[in-house]
Amino acid sequence: MQRLGDFKLPHFFNYPPYFTLQPIRETREKQVQLWKELILDYCRTQKIFVIGLEEEFPLFSNPVIERSLSHEAKEAFLSALVSEGRAEWMDRGHKRCLILWLRIQDWADCILRFAKDNGLEDTVMTVEEIRSGIESRGTELHGMDRTVLMRALKLLEQKGKVAIFKGASTDDEGVKFSL
Amino acid sequence: MAGRWLLEAQLTGSGRPVLHPGEVECYTLSSVDIICEEKPNFPPFRSGVLILTTHRILWIDGTNKSGAAAIPLGAVNHIYSPSKSIKTMFGKSKVRLQVSATADGRIDERGSTAIVIALVLRGKSDLDSFYSRLRDAWSSRSWEASSSNPGRSDSRENSSGFFEGSSGVRMAGVSGILRKEQEMWESTDKSLQEAFQDLNALMSKAKEMVMLAEKMRLKLLSGSTSFGNATNDEEAGSNQEMQDWLLSVGIVSPVTKESAGALYHQQLSRQLADFVRIPLERAGGMIALIDVYCLFNRARGTELISPEDLLQACAIWEKFDVSPVMLRKFDSGVMVIQNKSHSDEEVLAKIKSIVLKSEALKNGISPSDAAIALGIAPLMAKEHLLTAESKGLLCRDISPEGFRFYINLFKDIDPNNIYLVKDHGNYQTWVSTVTVSG
Repeated sequence: MQRLGDFKLPHFFNYPPYFTLQPIRETREKQVQLWKELILDYCRTQKIFVIGLEEEFPLFSNPVIERSLSHEAKEAFLSALVSEGRAEWMDRGHKRCLILWLRIQDWADCILRFAKDNGLEDTVMTVEEIRSGIESRGTELHGMDRTVLMRALKLLEQKGKVAIFKGASTDDEGVKFSL
Repeated sequence: MAGRWLLEAQLTGSGRPVLHPGEVECYTLSSVDIICEEKPNFPPFRSGVLILTTHRILWIDGTNKSGAAAIPLGAVNHIYSPSKSIKTMFGKSKVRLQVSATADGRIDERGSTAIVIALVLRGKSDLDSFYSRLRDAWSSRSWEASSSNPGRSDSRENSSGFFEGSSGVRMAGVSGILRKEQEMWESTDKSLQEAFQDLNALMSKAKEMVMLAEKMRLKLLSGSTSFGNATNDEEAGSNQEMQDWLLSVGIVSPVTKESAGALYHQQLSRQLADFVRIPLERAGGMIALIDVYCLFNRARGTELISPEDLLQACAIWEKFDVSPVMLRKFDSGVMVIQNKSHSDEEVLAKIKSIVLKSEALKNGISPSDAAIALGIAPLMAKEHLLTAESKGLLCRDISPEGFRFYINLFKDIDPNNIYLVKDHGNYQTWVSTVTVSG
């Protein structure tokens, strides 16, 4: 079976019609479904949060069968993710797409679990520490996108679970957990 | 329908008359009644299509396609010139014929008595031109020519020479000059006449050629059925080829604007329906309109029709239900003629078996691959593939290498487990085919 780095590709990745946007509605729905699953799967394992449509993205071309997606096809598949709330366009021109293999709500739950597991109640951490500190190593939070993290934290703040404040010394923001 | 008065005339499946050998249509009129004023119990032939041929006057019921009657021109003794009266200027005009009949009133060339039959032309028919055509057809007696030896018909006209020597006439004075002038006129007239007779001779030769072709075709046909299995392949192949050539010479009496007038498109449409049956069968039930156009015009010889006429002729099929064929327009705009009984399912099944072959599983098929496998034109093959795609059987692959079709595997893959390959099904077959080949 073909691999992309350490990512295992499904068999149909070598099926040429997979790379042509199908015009027949029912066929296209199936095709879109498979692309959504594959994109989310790949991004989850590779910790990819942003797909740039004008940049190289390994999943969107297959050198083995010499096929790659057209711009229209890429946009169609990503739009399908957007409409399901699993992605967001980051600009009006649809050039960059934020992939939410976990929804913001799920990320928020992750953060809470992380705080509980590490006994971080009433402790103050910086946002950067959550993304790349020793505590988060080995968890899904490690290396996560800052925008996504901020939005998850904002959600928690609205619920009164955390307090976000500007740090005095650094540019970084501080987070205080109040579980 | 013809009853005991007129002769029965045969019709083709689409309601066109079956012509005798050498018979050619000359004129067509609609809404014509045939009545007989002498016989009160003469059945009414009301409002039918009248076709004048070189051999017969045919009458076809306008509403009921099964009815057709014929008056052989050979039975006509006299054609009365139409009376010019105020009455004929408004509404109906009549042409009266005296025809031979047997004692009990049945029309027969060798009949002992005679009856007068009137053709009543309703509506706006051109009485004069019909009358002159009728006279021409009647006086040329071509039914005799085709029943005995062809070519004899011309001799009658030849013998009615008008030019006699001017010997013994004075050639002096003003009258002499005038006479000379007259002679010059007459001689040019004569050479013109001869030139046209040459043309007539050519046309009668053409008729012979068509007859010859027809005869050879029949001979070949009877030959191939009598010792069909015994002939080897090569011979059968050349026989087939020969037949194809002969068939394409085909239409002896093409419907023309001149002969059919206002009924041109309707009659053309019927003739086309009859004609297209054989090529359609050979093409597997569906044939591109362009191909029909070429075949049809080739068979018509010099009486070519325009694409517009062809399209109109096809469009009329829908109106009368007699035609077993129909015009079909694909979404792409390609137009074809197909049998009404033609089913897409059959073609789809064939396509399915083609795309499931291991080579096609791996590399897909192009329209030309499909054309070869199905034995049809690439244009038609592409339409079939697109139809199969729209039914969810195939899906497409567009790449720099071209436009190819594959068996649709999308529906066989479980979106909830994209790594799963079910034990049976097309996806599994495809996976094993592709992985074995590396």
